[in-house]
Amino acid sequence: MAEGPRVAGAPALLLLAEGDSVLIAVADLDAGPHLASTGATVVVTGPVALGHKVAARPIAAAEPVVRCGMPIGSATETIPTGAWVHVHNLASDYIATFAHRGGNR
Amino acid sequence: MSRPDIEPVAHGYPRADGRIGIRNLTVVVYLVECARFVADAIAAGRRDVHVIGFGGCYPNPYARQMLERLCTHPNVGAVALVSLGCEGFDREHLTRVVAASGRPVTTFVIQQVGGTAATVDAGRRWIDEQASTLAAARTAPLLPADLVVGTICGGSDSTSGITANPVVGRAFDRLIDAGATALFEETGELIGCEHHMAGRAVTPELGREIEARVAKAARYHLAMGHGSFAPGNAEGGLTTLEEKSLGAYSKSGTRPISGVVTPGQALPGPGLYLLDVVPEGDPRWGFPNINDNAEIAEIIAAGAQVVVFTTGRGSVVGSAIAPVVKVCANPETFRRMADDMDIDAGRILEGRARLDEVAEELLALIAAVAGGRETASERLGHREFVLTYKSAEPAGPACLPTAR
Repeated sequence: MAEGPRVAGAPALLLLAEGDSVLIAVADLDAGPHLASTGATVVVTGPVALGHKVAARPIAAAEPVVRCGMPIGSATETIPTGAWVHVHNLASDYIATFAHRGGNR
Repeated sequence: MSRPDIEPVAHGYPRADGRIGIRNLTVVVYLVECARFVADAIAAGRRDVHVIGFGGCYPNPYARQMLERLCTHPNVGAVALVSLGCEGFDREHLTRVVAASGRPVTTFVIQQVGGTAATVDAGRRWIDEQASTLAAARTAPLLPADLVVGTICGGSDSTSGITANPVVGRAFDRLIDAGATALFEETGELIGCEHHMAGRAVTPELGREIEARVAKAARYHLAMGHGSFAPGNAEGGLTTLEEKSLGAYSKSGTRPISGVVTPGQALPGPGLYLLDVVPEGDPRWGFPNINDNAEIAEIIAAGAQVVVFTTGRGSVVGSAIAPVVKVCANPETFRRMADDMDIDAGRILEGRARLDEVAEELLALIAAVAGGRETASERLGHREFVLTYKSAEPAGPACLPTAR
């Protein structure tokens, strides 16, 4: 995925809908500052793989995490802006998720 | 019916029931697998002649209803039934339904006509005789209110929910705002989205129906032994079941949900509808739909003139009766399979387009396809069709609050 003809300076993080609390990585990203589709620069706190999420803003513990306008579960701890959001800090409101290796590749 | 204040999307073929076709096809319908070879031979080499049918020898009300809806679909201009002669399908009833719709219809019973060669010959002659009907002009302005667009996803990967599906959602919002009809599926892949969907329902009763139907789908899939959230989903970045379902759900956009229909049921009017493909009760005939084309056939039977199909890994299918527009979510898949794709939504990942731009491109393509432009799968000659045994009960009034 990463070797595609990406436009230089194109957003690396995608906001799918206004009001979402997470951004989606459009490529495998290293820690550090990355441009979001909102125009903001977000400092990603660790490496994040394509398709994974980082917090678009601070998310409080127990707050619903919103992607594409829909809650996808609740934060299990406080999540700072730019932090990876996954099975270690987001839980389904529906049914527990089973994952290998913390859901990482 | 002329509304000079509204710009037509395209021009199509007027039908007696008021609907407008964007294609003018003859369908050759086999009424049992034993008649399929003959049906295929009748249609062979003819661009606007598609084969549909039902393989089973024993009658099935769902299959009968599906074929009635498909033979009277606005994209269909003429119908030739091909019967072996001893199967259980009620061909007389289907003939009456098609005749009542104003379409030319004929039936070839292989055992009466005199076997394979004689029936193929008779069938091909009849189709030639319909040439004048099928050469009809696109005289009817297709207004947004006449347009029915369905959507499905297949061969999904982690890019589907980021690019192609949200693109379709944005296009659906625009279609609904313009007064068109849009249809999304499928209850079994929406587990976890039911409360959000219920909040979009136009009445509280419809919202409760949606929740109940998703719960039914969850029970059905459990009984069939499906797991729905696989560890591989988490590796692709999906954290929860509701997030996985959201990938498919985002095709539906954000507008209010006007109703729920089951396969074989007609859509009562403009708006956004959910197609509940999962039968009531315990599993009887197996999986709700055995593959994507079984579901595409149900979307078309509901009245969709065009189907938008999102894919990440790269599906190549088209369909009989309605053009299928392929929206490719993954830019690498697009480069590898460009001939099979209509829209390159994966370029959003590479910073070469924004979601809204690709949604705009999709809407323009839907309009062009409605006006006659071939989709990739049409150009390649795809015309898949799958119809199997199933049970489907029409959704009741609580599911269709806007129906009169």
